[in-house]
Amino acid sequence: MSARVHPALLFGIVAILFAITGFAQSWNVSLTILNMALISAIMALGVNLQWGYAGLFNIGIMGFVALGGLAAVLMAMPPVEEARAAGGARLLLGLVCGAATIVAAILIWQKMTPGRKRALVLVAVLILGFALFRYVLDPAKAAVEAVNPASEGYLGGLGLPIILSWPVGGLLAAGAAWLIGKTALGLRSDYLAIATLGIAEIIIAVLKNEDWLARGVKNVIGMPRPVPYEVDLQASSAFVERAAMFGADPATASSITVKLAYAGLFTLVLLILIWLAQKALNSPWGRMMRAIRDNEVAAEAMGKDVTGRHLQIFILGSAICGIAGAMMTTLDGQLTPGSYQPLRFTFLIWVMVIVGGSGNNFGAVLGGFLIWWLWVMVEPIGHFLVGGFASLLPTGSWLAGHLTEAAAHMRLLTMGIILLLVLRFSPRGLIPER
Amino acid sequence: MDALNALVALSNFVIVPAIAYGAQLALGALGVTLIYGILRFSNFAHGDTMAFGTAITILGTWGLQAAGISLGPLPTALLALPLGIAVTAGLVLLIDRGIYRFYRRQKAKPVILVIVSMGVMFVMNGLVRFIIGVDDIGFTDGERFLISAREFRDMTGLREGLAIRTTQVITVVTAALCVAALFWFLNRTRTGKSMRAFSDNEDLALLSGISPERVVAVAWVIAAALATTAGVLYGLDKSFKAFTYFQLLLPIFAAAIVGGLGSPLGAIAGGFLIAFAEVLVTYPLKKVLTYLAPEGWGPDGLVQLLSTDYKFAVSFGILIVVLLFRPTGLFKGQSV
Repeated sequence: MSARVHPALLFGIVAILFAITGFAQSWNVSLTILNMALISAIMALGVNLQWGYAGLFNIGIMGFVALGGLAAVLMAMPPVEEARAAGGARLLLGLVCGAATIVAAILIWQKMTPGRKRALVLVAVLILGFALFRYVLDPAKAAVEAVNPASEGYLGGLGLPIILSWPVGGLLAAGAAWLIGKTALGLRSDYLAIATLGIAEIIIAVLKNEDWLARGVKNVIGMPRPVPYEVDLQASSAFVERAAMFGADPATASSITVKLAYAGLFTLVLLILIWLAQKALNSPWGRMMRAIRDNEVAAEAMGKDVTGRHLQIFILGSAICGIAGAMMTTLDGQLTPGSYQPLRFTFLIWVMVIVGGSGNNFGAVLGGFLIWWLWVMVEPIGHFLVGGFASLLPTGSWLAGHLTEAAAHMRLLTMGIILLLVLRFSPRGLIPER
Repeated sequence: MDALNALVALSNFVIVPAIAYGAQLALGALGVTLIYGILRFSNFAHGDTMAFGTAITILGTWGLQAAGISLGPLPTALLALPLGIAVTAGLVLLIDRGIYRFYRRQKAKPVILVIVSMGVMFVMNGLVRFIIGVDDIGFTDGERFLISAREFRDMTGLREGLAIRTTQVITVVTAALCVAALFWFLNRTRTGKSMRAFSDNEDLALLSGISPERVVAVAWVIAAALATTAGVLYGLDKSFKAFTYFQLLLPIFAAAIVGGLGSPLGAIAGGFLIAFAEVLVTYPLKKVLTYLAPEGWGPDGLVQLLSTDYKFAVSFGILIVVLLFRPTGLFKGQSV
């Protein structure tokens, strides 16, 4: 691919795709896809920061996204006073015990002279610490989870506006990234990949099992929203009048208005983040990052702190994924730990970045829009194509039935083929790095 | 007597399942470590290769069952296994020709190959869902138990029973045969020796006239055979579900890295280490401790260190500890 398509044209094509969905199916569907595409674009921006700028291979995006979702619950849900009274303080104490054990273990490792004595003390501290942790935590956990388990059974949140959870989600993800980066960033790229993959699974396991935190697989539903509710809009006469002016019925108009409001908020966040990312990319800092990516040894010889910079950008990229995660939970209005799957939340984002163009922020954003649209639309398109093909076959034939069923699984296959084709024929993506 | 009961309970719930699981992980990790040794990248599509091989084997099993062919007390799937291996090996070779070879010629960085293997993972995952769907499929037939818990109790007069399932025995026997064959191949045959030479020092191997394409092709075939066998054994022991196989990637990689990437012996040790740790930490030890502790001193709680869903955390914790303190793995792999 020597002749490059102008980026604006590519964005135009994606806009046309969304418009086609709007006309052919409904604007409601198109906006639903658009909202998620905006969030995906933000995630892709975060991954691009890590991979495109610094060459860090992070496949634990799902974990950071889920932490963002957790932030949304912890910030926005009303507090459950009864549960807090039942075991809140003890729970906190238990967590402090756990953290103290780990800190003590690290201190012992660093301060004591190496030898058998250190190993023994270390093991003793770890075992005692774990026992103490469980001893303090378990009863408190049981007490909290026993409070009205059908609808609560957790500590609840702070009851603050949910928009505040977006930056907090970023902070939470950044904190986790700091911990992970401190331990795993010195490792080679493959090892970092496995490490992040594992941590993401652990974060999901914690969210699924620790009911006191965010109700686990019982899900937190009905979260507050930053935008008006459809029913309120339909009840307001001013809104109904205005909808009538456009010739729309109130139900459709209200749901489109709500989606547009979300889209506006998300676009704002996306624009701010793109602006910041572009500023960073074109600053001396961005040039240093690329220098480190292209030749670590040379950069280190020039006196650049490679590990330190890597840690920095790992935290920044993960924080962006955390923000996107909090936004996604806000959009869904619920946190469902069971729905976090690595293929969807980690590897798909990678497809977005690679297809869009790693190292180029606009490329990553374009990839986010395009791939998310495809991800959603492959299934209807597949059904359409298979339907056309199956109508040629005798009715009720085994193959026709199997094909119709299999069309639902076309997504992963398509994504894989797209990724492989792009890697093979246009490895720098649709909008390559400049 | 109580000590014996405790031992039997421990064997029944921890040792026997962990040995079977460890053998499955070891076979999977051997495939990963082999590809790493020869092609020098971590193959993320390995879990889905296992799933693909198992899916084909299941189709073969259904065909045999429909034709009324069975192995008597043994599962029919063992008869269909060669078919699964052949088809998987064919597919994997095709993928290598069509996809990986291009990057090999380019001398692409390993991380690019890892990303390519992510694409292959997507495609294979899609293929498996296309072929066999996403449901849980049990395809074990034949005798269920070698010794059931009741038979054991009647035989020994102990309070605790020890059940040994046929699939567990088959797993261990097959895995042992596979490993023996692999080591014989690597250490005794000309091709095997050339593979080890290639893995050790690529340039030197090329200079001595070893054909790289041949070595790579053999490595893929062996990896496919190991993956299919591991997948079928896991499926016989538990059940087949495409998504579970994808998730197996984590313990398998943990096993391969803990043992030292590129070291076959390490992969086996790593597999068993991970399996024992996972089962032991997530099994409630109350019963065992109650037998061992003096009268009335038994524990009140379940003494389950972590809930079962944290088994990933266990393999991962071991992985991190090993990586931090011994980055080349227990058996000195080639990773830096």
